[in-house]
Amino acid sequence: MGERTLKELIDRRNFLNWFLGTTAGAFVLSILYPLSRYLIPPQVGESTARSVTLSVKPQEVKANTGQIFRFGSQPGILIDTPDGQLKAFTATCTHLGCIVQYRSDINQIWCACHNGHFDLNGKNVEGPPPKPLEEYAVNVRGDQIVVSKKG
Amino acid sequence: MENPGQQHGKLWLWLDERIGLKDIEKLAKKKEVPMHRHSVWYYFGGMTLFLFTVQVASGILLLLYYRPSAGEAFESVQFLMTEVQFGWLVRSIHAWSANLMIFAMFIHLFSALLLKAYRPPRELTWLSGGGLMGLSLAFGFTGYLLPWNELAFFATRVGTEIPGVMPVIGSFIRRLMRGGDDVTGATLTRFYGIHVAVLPAIVTVVLGLHLFLVQKHGMSRPPSVENGPDAKRAMPFMPNFLLRDVVGWLCALIILAALAAYYPAELGKKADPFQPAPIGIKPEWYFMAMFQTLKLLPSHVLGIIEGELFGVLAFGIVGAVLILMPFLDTPAALGRWRRFAAAFAVALIVYSLVLTYLGYTMSPTK
Repeated sequence: MGERTLKELIDRRNFLNWFLGTTAGAFVLSILYPLSRYLIPPQVGESTARSVTLSVKPQEVKANTGQIFRFGSQPGILIDTPDGQLKAFTATCTHLGCIVQYRSDINQIWCACHNGHFDLNGKNVEGPPPKPLEEYAVNVRGDQIVVSKKG
Repeated sequence: MENPGQQHGKLWLWLDERIGLKDIEKLAKKKEVPMHRHSVWYYFGGMTLFLFTVQVASGILLLLYYRPSAGEAFESVQFLMTEVQFGWLVRSIHAWSANLMIFAMFIHLFSALLLKAYRPPRELTWLSGGGLMGLSLAFGFTGYLLPWNELAFFATRVGTEIPGVMPVIGSFIRRLMRGGDDVTGATLTRFYGIHVAVLPAIVTVVLGLHLFLVQKHGMSRPPSVENGPDAKRAMPFMPNFLLRDVVGWLCALIILAALAAYYPAELGKKADPFQPAPIGIKPEWYFMAMFQTLKLLPSHVLGIIEGELFGVLAFGIVGAVLILMPFLDTPAALGRWRRFAAAFAVALIVYSLVLTYLGYTMSPTK
């Protein structure tokens, strides 16, 4: 050991331990970082559709029925209300994301998953859904139905 | 036993020199199972393990025909069910054995809870068992999506939306689980990878730990037996208890075969992300109590907190209490806590049974 004091030795050991620890930490991080980035799915172009033209013609829509249409990558629901109005909403339930349907027996939009009810203005009126359905604007242009986001 | 080697053949001796069979034999001879009026509950851990091996074997067979993509998954299962010889049987066994395994696991869990098998030094056995329960439910949840039918699609939409209601991290976790913003083919491949590779790898480790701890500590004697006349009664594991175990497994196999043959697994309609959820949609029975809770909760609880968030928080708290039971109901705990443990177990069982019953009997459209 020669002239080296105990203190010097401890310092050296501390330094080596610290060095080893940081190297190990950096090694683990260099694996974890790309791994975690890999697990997070890439952002694919969010559906920016602000309006869609439906494949169904106004005269083909039956009174007091509802049907699902594609609004970009999301489902929407088109309803011909009992008083003959065309209305459209997002079809994704505000509770836990199931796809809603129109029930002609009670004239309400209904989610089969957890029994959520919405009225024909999209308002959550019964069951667990916490928020109303987003309503879209429906315009009939000639024999085309155009649904677009409001606002 | 002056020369135990004499009873064994050459192969045994050859292997013994290399892997130490003698030590294993000694260990197996030493192992005992306590005998008392609650001994019947000891069979359900082994039963769960047996059904797990059925799952592994039938799962490997399914891999031979299954194709994990949104375009092919449903068709490949349909092909398996209709064209492949005994394909329907293999899939039905996989589906039914999963249900029976979860059922056996719940009996194992609640019997251990009520008999307070988690007392020191078995806290880690309890924790690893809790981990295995979580893994089994994850197996059930990820496997449910794989046939890519209507039911699976909506169950997964709801199931991945549930963690999504958590504040701050919710939407991130949902994206991570779905492999995107919606349940799509990306979710299917992700769930497939988790179901056939990630979960089996983790289960191997946790199950290994669980079984090691069971060997190390032996079976727990319930407190009511510890000071009674049966405090010392025991039965050798090899071969007495093991043979009884095997009888139990054979019974399970008979039930499994009957269920698979008479009630083969259904496939239903192919998932369509642009169709409404079908009427009467429901999850697997072991998620039914939670499902029904979410259905019955109002949109806002106490006027402030959203119903589904309240439900998810409540499930989280109940789960945490269950898992942490060995640290709440400790030998040093006050009488109040000890009584709480028993009351909690009974309440949980009764609540689950009632809500599951309601889930199956309440009209889906009312």
